[in-house]
Amino acid sequence: MPNDLLNMDCKQLREQIAAGKVKSVEATQAVFKSIEKNDSKIGAYISTFKEQALAKAKEIDDKIAAGESVGFLAGVPVAVKDNMCTTFGATTCASKILENFHAPYNATVVEKLLAADAVIIGKTNMDEFAMGSSTENSGLKKTVNPWDASRVPGGSSGGSTAAVAGRLCFAALGSDTGGSIRQPASFCGVVGLKPTYGRVSRYGLVAFGSSLDQIGPVTHTVTDAALMMNVIAGHDVADSTSVDEQNAPVCDYLENIDKPIEKLKIAVVPEFNAGADEPVQKALSDAIEVYKKLGAEIVEVHMPHWDYAIAAYYMIATAEASSNLARYDGVHYGHRTDNPGDYVEVYTKSRAEGFGKEVKRRIMLGTYALSSGYYDAYYLKSLKVRNLIRGDFTSAFEKCDCVITPVAPTTAFKAGEKTDDPLKMYLSDIYTISANLAGIPGISVPCGFDENNLPIGLQILAPAFAEDKLLRIARMFEKQTDWHTNRATID
Amino acid sequence: MTSDISYKVIVGLEIHVQLCTQTKMFCGCALQFGAQPNSRVCPVCLGMPGVLPVMNKHAYEYSVLVGLALNCKVAGFTKWDRKSYYYPDLPKNYQISQYDLPLSENGFIEIPLESGETKRIRITRAHLEEDAGKNLHTAGNFSQVDLNRTGTPLLEIVTEPDMSSGAEVKALAVELQRMVRYLGVSEADMQKGHMRFEPNINLVITKGGKEHKTAIVEVKNLNSFRALERSVDYEVQRQLDEFIDSGKVMEMGNKSTRGWDDDKQMTVLQRVKEEAHDYRYFPDPDLLPVELDDAWLEQIKSQLCELPIKKQIRYVSEYKLSDYDAGVLTADRSTAEFFEEAVKAGGDPKRVCNLITQVGLKLANEAGCGIAELSLTAENMSELAKMIDDGQVSASAGNTILEQMTKTDKAAQVIAEELNLIQKSDAGELEGIVEKVLAENPKAVEDVKSGGKKSKKAQGFLLGQVIQKTKGQANPKVVSEILSKKLS
Ligand SMILES: [Zn+2]
Repeated sequence: MPNDLLNMDCKQLREQIAAGKVKSVEATQAVFKSIEKNDSKIGAYISTFKEQALAKAKEIDDKIAAGESVGFLAGVPVAVKDNMCTTFGATTCASKILENFHAPYNATVVEKLLAADAVIIGKTNMDEFAMGSSTENSGLKKTVNPWDASRVPGGSSGGSTAAVAGRLCFAALGSDTGGSIRQPASFCGVVGLKPTYGRVSRYGLVAFGSSLDQIGPVTHTVTDAALMMNVIAGHDVADSTSVDEQNAPVCDYLENIDKPIEKLKIAVVPEFNAGADEPVQKALSDAIEVYKKLGAEIVEVHMPHWDYAIAAYYMIATAEASSNLARYDGVHYGHRTDNPGDYVEVYTKSRAEGFGKEVKRRIMLGTYALSSGYYDAYYLKSLKVRNLIRGDFTSAFEKCDCVITPVAPTTAFKAGEKTDDPLKMYLSDIYTISANLAGIPGISVPCGFDENNLPIGLQILAPAFAEDKLLRIARMFEKQTDWHTNRATID
Repeated sequence: MTSDISYKVIVGLEIHVQLCTQTKMFCGCALQFGAQPNSRVCPVCLGMPGVLPVMNKHAYEYSVLVGLALNCKVAGFTKWDRKSYYYPDLPKNYQISQYDLPLSENGFIEIPLESGETKRIRITRAHLEEDAGKNLHTAGNFSQVDLNRTGTPLLEIVTEPDMSSGAEVKALAVELQRMVRYLGVSEADMQKGHMRFEPNINLVITKGGKEHKTAIVEVKNLNSFRALERSVDYEVQRQLDEFIDSGKVMEMGNKSTRGWDDDKQMTVLQRVKEEAHDYRYFPDPDLLPVELDDAWLEQIKSQLCELPIKKQIRYVSEYKLSDYDAGVLTADRSTAEFFEEAVKAGGDPKRVCNLITQVGLKLANEAGCGIAELSLTAENMSELAKMIDDGQVSASAGNTILEQMTKTDKAAQVIAEELNLIQKSDAGELEGIVEKVLAENPKAVEDVKSGGKKSKKAQGFLLGQVIQKTKGQANPKVVSEILSKKLS
């Protein structure tokens, strides 16, 4: 690439800016140049804020020049998924129903980015309301995989992962309800971390499945993921489900990032990995070899209830979604139908016009699951399955520090390949969903390429609130490999 | 035709009480009645995308307090559930409520009956939820929504169908109002919608030895105790008439809703059949369950006070007050506490009661405040009561002194002296005056001594003469004693 600046990771750029060697304005301009050149092909952004971003960059540069103190991410251009509320620009969730919705407040993570002096350059595309695994469910635009424009970037945070992979920003935030950070990170060859449920505030994240949603970073490197976590992690009084730091302290995730875990014990789930495509299985066994060479002990664990994870997940997530999305009714904000006959039509027509097919499908599934007479058989039963899966992890973590699996059974698939078959699409989350059900953290790290030069991701799962350990384990692998240094080329 | 008919009235109540916390149930917005529409709102209570609720702990404590006062079993573990229905005054299109684990259940409330006895009404449950906003239909072809009320903490209390008349329903409502005001958890003003009562009424009619049940009617739009009482009485008559006319009885689910028309003093049919609502309740994933441990429960219990009905009964038995007087004194907590303090300071209960009910409450009412907020201390009040009982001042002078006390901050004794209201009780001094009066009125003396009809009247006349000679300052009790002695 002509621009060396864009090849930097967050950590390098941050240090260069802080040292006054690189101007934030230069970095920001480079990013916008890249966006102007390539985003018409990639389609990562729903909206960008060039003027505002450059003004902020200038402000940071001036402060640094004047020797004033600046925030932790000072001057680093970052992107956020368009389901996090911002007082600037629209917050669309890639839905027609919120196409012109301007939030009156900033999400807590957005406030934290701003407080850290990050330069927010735009908001990224996604599956509508984060429902999907390919970003093809966006109601507003199409995003392609920077490694192969005929393929999907994964989803639902496909805009964020494509923006990082396509060097349209230095880092981005995504959200993960069933794999929505990790799976597109794997498809796009970048690092994606889903923190423990409760580690990062959900306040201002437009809810899909409230008991599963979690915001996390999408970055070029594991170290950058740690760096982003230092900014966004922590308790928030506005989110009752964010965890009290007395119970689970937030640490400096960068401090020990290069320190390997001693006597590392890694678990694999043999019967499960067999379902993945051959190149994915191969990459996984290669990764295991890397860890073995580092002295890790490999053990086998069994997850007897994983077979039920997808079914339970689609009951719980859709049930919560059917309720969370009830508010988009055309009465208070968002799309309202023209000339409704009566107030009931305000609801029915506004929603019929505003929601896409997959969102409607999930609202109907969830409504059904919660209906009287079905609640016990579907929703309640799913909660029981969820507890069993949690139990599977609890017993697994008694024998190991982490579990490794593929992120997805395949590499990035062709656009349109699975859009007519929702069940097939749902299966691409098969390895990631359990972490959301159990509430534990998981990371996707680049670990190889298939025969089509498409990236493959390695998933590492750790116990709740062990992000520190998880990042260090991932970093051990990253240090031994150079998969993460490969860059997509867009022509 | 009607001669072989007898019937029993069955009424249960669903009650909503707005709690008077500083802020709303799940956000930081101030609670304020009558503010500019949509001026007490924030992203959370507007149900904006991405917002999350945070429980108001005070509202929970207030609710537990009411649960305890209602003799309920208070739950150690509860949770929040979403109740789904679409309505424009409900921005999220679900209400955060409590479904299968209410914070309290299985209690009772004692209500005073006109006979002076009390009746126990069972409480099914009391749970906490958020109030909805208000739809306004005042602007022509469209409606407006005011969301100031959205998210106000609302305690829903459900009774068993244990009431059998409009009077009993009213008694419960008044008792509950008095109770929540005592506890300081609600302003409980019906006109302002702080308390909303929805009676469910039907009859069990016995005709020709056979029992028939009329369909249950729920009445809405009741914004005064009077309307509540009358609507029940109206429904009883209407249902009885309807049965006699048509023989219509309860069938599966033929419950109807009627609204109270205050102008016409009648109920009007609103909905014939209750729609089969499926609220799709499920636990709200945005809120943690509430665990009420012993320490927290004890802390809430320490805020309990003696409840008004207990006070009222105690005043009758302990202080020998009439049930009516006891009711007046216990109508609000500050009056009752003022009364008790004055009694504790040594005032005779009956005397203090009279001073409060005959003068004090009138003065407080004129000043637009409670009796405890007048510049009156319980000590001064008890001193005044003692002065009256000791005969230092007359009862009527006592009223004058009390009035002055609220205006001047001075002690009763000082005012009595300044206004020359101290009675002459010195027997020696009064004897001279009595002798003088007897000498001046030989005819009356004769009448007294002769006994019979005129005697009593003449003695009263002589007493009056002595009082007059002392310009009203003679203690009538002492004068009477001297007169009796001299004339016997
Ligand atoms: Zn509010």
